[in-house]
Amino acid sequence: MAQTTNKEAKEAEKPEVEMIPIKINDLEVQVPRTQPDPMTGKQIPTTMIQACSMHGVEIPHYCYHPKLPVAGNCRMCLVEFGMPAMDRSRQPILNDDGTPQVRKMPRPAIACATAIAPNMEIYADSDGSKQMRESVLEFLLINHPLDCPICDQAGECKLQEYSYEHGQSASRFFETKVHKPKQVDLGPRIMLDDERCILCSRCVRFTRDIAGDDALGFINRGSYNTLGTYPGKSFDNNYTLNTVDICPVGALTSKDFRFKMRAWFMKETKSLCSSCGTGCNVLVGSRENQIYRLEPRENDAVNSSWMCDSGRLNYKWQAAPNRLKEVTARRGDIREVLSWSVAINEISEKLKDFGEGEVAFIGSGQQTTEELYLLKLLADRFKGMTDSIPNVGEGDDLLVSEDKDPNTQGAILTKVSNAKSQGRKISKISQGIEEGSIKALIVFRADLTKGAISQEILESLDLLIVSDIHKTAMADISDYLLPGCAHFEKRGTFINTKGRLQKFMKSVEAPGDARPEWEFLHELVHNTTGSNGFSTIEGLFNQMAGSITALESVTWASIGDTGVSIEI
Amino acid sequence: MAEEYRLILKHADESEYTTDIDCYIRHGGYETLKKVLGMSEKETDGKTISPQEQIREEVKQSGLRGRGGAGFSCGLKWSFVDRRSGKPIYLVCNADESEPGTFKDRQIIYKDPHQLIEGMVISAYANDVNLAYIYIRGEFPEGAKILENAIAEAKKMKFLGKNICDTKFNLEIYVHRGAGAYICGEETGLLESLEGKRPYPRIKPPYFPAVLGLYMCPTIVNNVETLCHVKHVMELGAGDYAKLGTPNNTGTRIVSISGHVKNPGYFEIQVGHATIGELINDFAGGLPNGRKLKAIIPGGSSSKVFKAGEKYKLKQKDEEGNDIEKEVDLLDLPYDFDSLMSAGSMSGSGAIIVLDDSTDIVEALGNVSDFYAHESCGQCTPCREGSLWMSKALTRLNSGGGRKEDADYILKIADNIPGGKTICAFGEACSWPVQSFITKFKDEFEAKGAQAEAAREAQLEQTSK
Repeated sequence: MAQTTNKEAKEAEKPEVEMIPIKINDLEVQVPRTQPDPMTGKQIPTTMIQACSMHGVEIPHYCYHPKLPVAGNCRMCLVEFGMPAMDRSRQPILNDDGTPQVRKMPRPAIACATAIAPNMEIYADSDGSKQMRESVLEFLLINHPLDCPICDQAGECKLQEYSYEHGQSASRFFETKVHKPKQVDLGPRIMLDDERCILCSRCVRFTRDIAGDDALGFINRGSYNTLGTYPGKSFDNNYTLNTVDICPVGALTSKDFRFKMRAWFMKETKSLCSSCGTGCNVLVGSRENQIYRLEPRENDAVNSSWMCDSGRLNYKWQAAPNRLKEVTARRGDIREVLSWSVAINEISEKLKDFGEGEVAFIGSGQQTTEELYLLKLLADRFKGMTDSIPNVGEGDDLLVSEDKDPNTQGAILTKVSNAKSQGRKISKISQGIEEGSIKALIVFRADLTKGAISQEILESLDLLIVSDIHKTAMADISDYLLPGCAHFEKRGTFINTKGRLQKFMKSVEAPGDARPEWEFLHELVHNTTGSNGFSTIEGLFNQMAGSITALESVTWASIGDTGVSIEI
Repeated sequence: MAEEYRLILKHADESEYTTDIDCYIRHGGYETLKKVLGMSEKETDGKTISPQEQIREEVKQSGLRGRGGAGFSCGLKWSFVDRRSGKPIYLVCNADESEPGTFKDRQIIYKDPHQLIEGMVISAYANDVNLAYIYIRGEFPEGAKILENAIAEAKKMKFLGKNICDTKFNLEIYVHRGAGAYICGEETGLLESLEGKRPYPRIKPPYFPAVLGLYMCPTIVNNVETLCHVKHVMELGAGDYAKLGTPNNTGTRIVSISGHVKNPGYFEIQVGHATIGELINDFAGGLPNGRKLKAIIPGGSSSKVFKAGEKYKLKQKDEEGNDIEKEVDLLDLPYDFDSLMSAGSMSGSGAIIVLDDSTDIVEALGNVSDFYAHESCGQCTPCREGSLWMSKALTRLNSGGGRKEDADYILKIADNIPGGKTICAFGEACSWPVQSFITKFKDEFEAKGAQAEAAREAQLEQTSK
């Protein structure tokens, strides 16, 4: 999505756009003559719907989507409008007071595709405009199954919303409805109900123009039109679930989410996807401490309005049965369950016995920037080696990064790892343990036995402290096992591969005794160094920002919902 | 008595006239093209006018109006073409003749294909076009073959291809067959189809063919008959051509007459030189014996119906050139663009469908509505949903399930479709017949509904006894 990631650069060199006067209902406003094209970024004429939206007037629409090419097929945004009257020599006819005379045009226009012009008047709320809206809604509903009680879209459906605002209370329709296929298996993640589809073509345009996979189209004619794929082909690219988000009705549903939870019961939390280094902004939908879905949250500097399917569906690990829920310590052959205070005190005491360089630290790109910062503070106390293990996989041209950790840049910024040689110190640490120069190791979110450092070497350590959120082979060989939190369960920041510093909020409670890593890291730093940190995430972040040049002038509050770009 | 004036179909029905190029040349074919290609620059008011500009001006001056349906000025249409885009300009011949009642273009294609090709080459030359297409409806397989053959012949004789008539002008024409959809006659739907896509008409703005047409290049889409007329405009000169027909309604046009007439067929007249009555009675042999006229669909099935006995107030010019209003009976309406428009309908594609007093008007409308419900592409809401809704309601009314209020009910559906609410004029095409039929024959629609209601009530009484 090159066009969106370059957007900030473009904004900086944004050309001066001429402002032109128009009237929306009775409101006289100034509107920029052009707007950037969502597809190409080129300046193109501002449309009526954009102009109205800028001034808080919503023109109802179905097929229009600010991030997609205009289709103009739903006709919901038809409005009456007026234009300055011209005489035969194409000169404006003026009123007595010198203002241009505006005449209502004989035919309405679709606000989504009609460019504004100086002194144009948009009659968004005129009786005629309202009547057209009402009739388009009526047309859309006559063949609609009206199965709202069992529809997943209920509560967030544009048919419901606009019916409430602009519709009629009773239907005049006296004929038999058109019946179309229901439960059409469109692809591995998408179910289609053709009867609910209003043929707005948002999904068709998304997959063709954004995802680059011209997979969807309409077949048949007229009211019998149905959405479909080429016969025998599956709609299975890695971005299919975005069509569920932009489907204004309940036609496209997510197989993962359908019939699981009513939209109105869910709490929405602003968060990030942690599946790769892109850091797509998401809304987490949860209820009663259970996550039901992730949806992309608009951020033009990162993910526009989209996210990949693999990232979106990658949330079930949060509630996986192998989550660590207890603090445990090895007592001879058995593992004892401890309270946090006992464990942290014991660890703090034991750590004091080690000298310079005798403790090594392995962090993770899964950790928050604040946690990595605290880990580095702790490491500095012991002049210990630090690093994190790179987590690389396949990427794509759109949103999926090859970096499978959300915060590799955080590890680099806090100097836990080096930008050019991330992971290279792991073998040195292994060697140090073997040679006996490293006696203690603190590891976050990494199963070192999978190729990094052998179990045998790890078992030779005097002290092995492991923090993770899932049970791995590290659990049983650790001296102390500290259960951490999924990012859904805490607050913090990630820095994406392009240097976008973004924060996420807590959506659900952690299971059992699991605790945000920054909390106990902060206690360990305090106990071992005597320095006093902050016990709130805001304070901690601001303290960190004060000590890192790239974060100068950034505060927790200034990060906002969509983050800030920093020098990396 | 009005007479036919055969300009386009001058030779088409002569017994020895064939579709091959020799026959066409024997009858003076391609002479106009040679003349046009031989034109040279002209100096006017110190300005150099290219031959192309001269031809375009000639077509404008001739007053030629499009014969496809809208009756829009051909010269004006050409003047909208974006000639500064740096992109190629395309010419597309709309041979998707699909308006019910219309069978004029097929006469040209099947009987005199070279006339169309000559018209196209001249039009292409006038507009700096080097690539042109004939989009022919799928139901004309033979017509497509005839055109292919004619193109091959013309290329052999250097009337097409590279260095036409040994000039620097090059033009290729390709025939593209449709797959059987009415909407492909809508020019932007046609362009989509030509590009290999589903023929969803484009939104205008911004996709005006003259600027963003075929492959997003400036494109001229003209009807078969219109392109043939271009040849005659250049043959006769704008002045002489404009003497045919009536002012603002120049030239000739081929009228297709079908329905309840003794002698259905096509007749070429000077525009406005025959009345509807003359066309029906003199040319088409009048109604079957003993039948009375009930209604006339004057310009293809999408045009608004005329009811027998209606009178219209026409704005005309008297002998001194003053505007006067004249009351005219239906049968005395001159068959031209403007008169039919001021009578509240249109001459459309030049197809007259005559309905006599044996016609069940509700069933007739049901038939028309079925067609449009079947042909709506389904892209935009009012037409997609409205056309089928109307057709379903009419089918119900025609099969005993009617209600008295159905007339108003259906009319209200129709009122929500036309007037710029849809992407293309199909919205008008499917709702105009419904609006006009029901408004003008409301008693018949209501009677049918009431009859069905009464029948149901009687049945209910019967069963409850």
